Amino acid sequence: MDSHSEVHAEPAHPTPGLYLKIAVVLFILTALEVLAFEAGRGGLGAGLRPIFEPITVVLLIVLSAAKFALVAMFYMHLKQDPKLLANLFVFPLIIAASIIGGLIILFQYWRVVGAK
Amino acid sequence: MATSVLDKAPAAHATAPTGIWSWITTVDHKRIGILYGATAFLFFLIGGLEALFMRIQLMKPDNDFVSAETFNALFTMHGTTMIFLGVMPLSAMFFNYFIPLQIGARDVAFPRLNAFSYWVFLFGGLFINFSWLLNAAPNAGWFGYANLTSNQYSPGLNTDFWVLGLQILGVASMAAAINFFVTIVNLRAPGMKMLRMPMFTWMSFITQILLLLAFPVITIALVFLMMDRHFGTHFFLPEGGGDPVLWQHLFWIFGHPEVYILILPAFGIVSEVLPVFSRKPLFGYTAMVFSGAFIAFLGFGVWSHHMFATGMGPFADSFFALSTMLIAVPTGVKIFNWIGTLWGGSLQMKTPLYFAVGMVAMFIIGGLSGVMHSSPPADLQQTDTYFVVAHFHYVLFGGSIFGLTAGAYYWFPKMFGRMLNETLGKWHFWLMFIGFNVTFFPMHFLGLNGMPRRVYTYPEGLNFEFWNQVQTWGSMLLGVSMLVFIYNMWKAARRPANAPADPWRGATLEWLIPSPPQEFNFGTVPAVGSSTPAWDLRRANGGALPEPASESGEGIHMPRPSYWPVVTAFGVLGVIGSILFTHAFPQWYFITITGAAILIYGIYRWAFEPAF
Amino acid sequence: MSDAAHALEHPTATGIDSKKVAIWTLIGSECLLFASLISTYLVYKGKSLVGPLPHAESQCMLHGKMQTCEPIFEIPLVTFGTAVLLFSSFFIVLALYGAQKGSRKMLVGWLSMTVLCGLFFIGMQVYEFSHFYHKGLGYSTNLFSSTFYTLTGFHGSHVTVGVIWLSTLLYRAVKGKIPPAKALNLEIAALYWHFVDVVWIVIFPVVYLMR
Repeated sequence: MDSHSEVHAEPAHPTPGLYLKIAVVLFILTALEVLAFEAGRGGLGAGLRPIFEPITVVLLIVLSAAKFALVAMFYMHLKQDPKLLANLFVFPLIIAASIIGGLIILFQYWRVVGAK
Repeated sequence: MATSVLDKAPAAHATAPTGIWSWITTVDHKRIGILYGATAFLFFLIGGLEALFMRIQLMKPDNDFVSAETFNALFTMHGTTMIFLGVMPLSAMFFNYFIPLQIGARDVAFPRLNAFSYWVFLFGGLFINFSWLLNAAPNAGWFGYANLTSNQYSPGLNTDFWVLGLQILGVASMAAAINFFVTIVNLRAPGMKMLRMPMFTWMSFITQILLLLAFPVITIALVFLMMDRHFGTHFFLPEGGGDPVLWQHLFWIFGHPEVYILILPAFGIVSEVLPVFSRKPLFGYTAMVFSGAFIAFLGFGVWSHHMFATGMGPFADSFFALSTMLIAVPTGVKIFNWIGTLWGGSLQMKTPLYFAVGMVAMFIIGGLSGVMHSSPPADLQQTDTYFVVAHFHYVLFGGSIFGLTAGAYYWFPKMFGRMLNETLGKWHFWLMFIGFNVTFFPMHFLGLNGMPRRVYTYPEGLNFEFWNQVQTWGSMLLGVSMLVFIYNMWKAARRPANAPADPWRGATLEWLIPSPPQEFNFGTVPAVGSSTPAWDLRRANGGALPEPASESGEGIHMPRPSYWPVVTAFGVLGVIGSILFTHAFPQWYFITITGAAILIYGIYRWAFEPAF
Repeated sequence: MSDAAHALEHPTATGIDSKKVAIWTLIGSECLLFASLISTYLVYKGKSLVGPLPHAESQCMLHGKMQTCEPIFEIPLVTFGTAVLLFSSFFIVLALYGAQKGSRKMLVGWLSMTVLCGLFFIGMQVYEFSHFYHKGLGYSTNLFSSTFYTLTGFHGSHVTVGVIWLSTLLYRAVKGKIPPAKALNLEIAALYWHFVDVVWIVIFPVVYLMR
């Protein structure tokens, strides 16, 4: 970290127009999430169900991750801000994801092995 | 107390204000550090008494010094007190006093938040100990395993005191962690890059990160437990489909990082003391920083080594065994680097060095028994026996307490302007060292010979008598060593405050200012060129360092004192503490509402009060 | 001396205002809070002993007797609430833009919209919870209910704190007390608000859309 301080480092500021576009994209992604959910349970017709049911979870993860990234990078300004702030977010997210993953594995495993 | 933002803040005082109100409204990190230290030391002594009572009970078979119920409360409160009201706030004393000094700052980033943390800690400690007066002290172990802690098996207020007390203390820890984290990131003096920070500050920094990431997990676990106890849920109760083992997972996801929270500050202190008293730079500064970070990061991946006996299956057992064994590597790096620091040094045989070396030696023993636990088959014999009790006392007492004591002797002159007596210090060391080992080493034997943990007595004929007696005598010796320490501090207090600024030829910034420092710490913010700025200055001055002059503090404005932190802390106590009875007596909800009102009012007045 | 003037006099080692670093630190920590809640929800998914269940029919206790209960989630309502929360993030970005540019009209207008969206979201949740309750999903009914209500309840209380915080700032904005020099205070609150939105971005698919 440098010892000199910059009160404001102002690169090209995102405009309200860009923010609006992102809002629209977020809305569309949300709609896609719901569509993926509906397709996976046969709400959009029995033909789509076998295609979408196995990939619903992956689709939802990808779509929500995209929304997450858009809000974090643009609305929360992480794209323009110093990297420290992004690290303050990403590092705990990694720990959080590991814990969620670890617990899921630990509890699923029990069921798989049937070790009750 | 409306004040205009345009008011000029009062100039820094040349001498500190006195009187109890000045302590209640203080936002000075040094004062808050002393408050933490005094309060924590008292709780530590209480925890020690709880231990002595247990040792008396266990001195002979079938003893009836205390009942089984009381014994349960003793070991629960001993553990909870020592961890949350002893070691953690003793570390907080040093965080408070020395992090700003070591980084060349005038105070922490959020001084009122700092005061708030202390008051919440005090209220939380008083709250949980208040239970003794109602004969309802927590009694289900410091780790509160489900479903022993359910309302069915632990009716009564005991576990409620435990849950709510920990939630209150959690607020204090979280607030302090945010504060110190931001302080270290943002308030370092010019030239103090991260890799030039003193080791104590580095290890404390990593500790704050652990606090921030681990405490939310136990917060949620405690919420689930409270819901199970009083609101009919089954998070951990099998009759509703819940799994008691989930509690263990959530608890230890917090609990394992917690033990690194307990040891890393002591590691940092030892890394400060050994170089100074060997008159040599720390061996492998960068390796020490990265090994500390690695230990902390890995510490999130080992938690189920506390659960090898719960039947997780071979895959989980192997994973956690490997990750636990892996953590021994960076720890070993630290041990070897400490030895490397001492090697070839010009050893100054003073009390801080004794405690620091004692820490390293005792921690090695504790680490060895720890690595023995990391093997699941071996652990199946060791778990829930006195072998585990031996292990964690070697790392927590032999490690944390010895390390913190080294810090106490090292930094006492800086904090109070008086030297502690060397002879008494050495008496303290040897009595504590011998007493500690006599108390805890035999626990390895007892454990492997089958004596379980948390038993209030044992029958004759199991061969447990001899070592239990020895251990009780050892614990008495430990108690005596504490008396020597107290006597040393008391004698020092009666001496005039004329200790030099740098009695030990320290390497870091705190030794460049008077003992004790003035309110504003540094008259001019120092510029730093390496991780040993005081040594650099000495070298530049031909080996000598002039005694720093007292400065006027003119033009420096310090944060103004405030009573909103203590008011807001009352609000926290009111909201969380009142749940103790409002869950059963909803008509008393007005107490919770009042607490919330005080809390919100306090926050608003705090937010709109000018900081300076 | 104002906080901003103070900041200029005492530059930070990173160049970032300490309050901003603090709110990001808090956000990082809160990730673990919600991770514990989400983990528990997932670990207990499908393990309830009785209904109502989120996506499937079940046997549940209703009006004093066991009967077949429908799946309890109403996706259209929640989707609408999700969209409202997403747009509130958009609105607060505009409010902040207005604050930084010195346009009190923009600031007050969009910040009011944000607060309204927040209130609407809370209202939707209150309606949803009471609707579920009347369909037999009490707090302690089953593992699904306990984990669902605790998770969404924690989120909802974070939204509530956010609404109170933003309302306070709105009041000050109306009185002209948020000039560009003080826009940072809104930025801090906005970061908190976005985080609350981001948590919902995770909760919505995990809880409502995964069967």
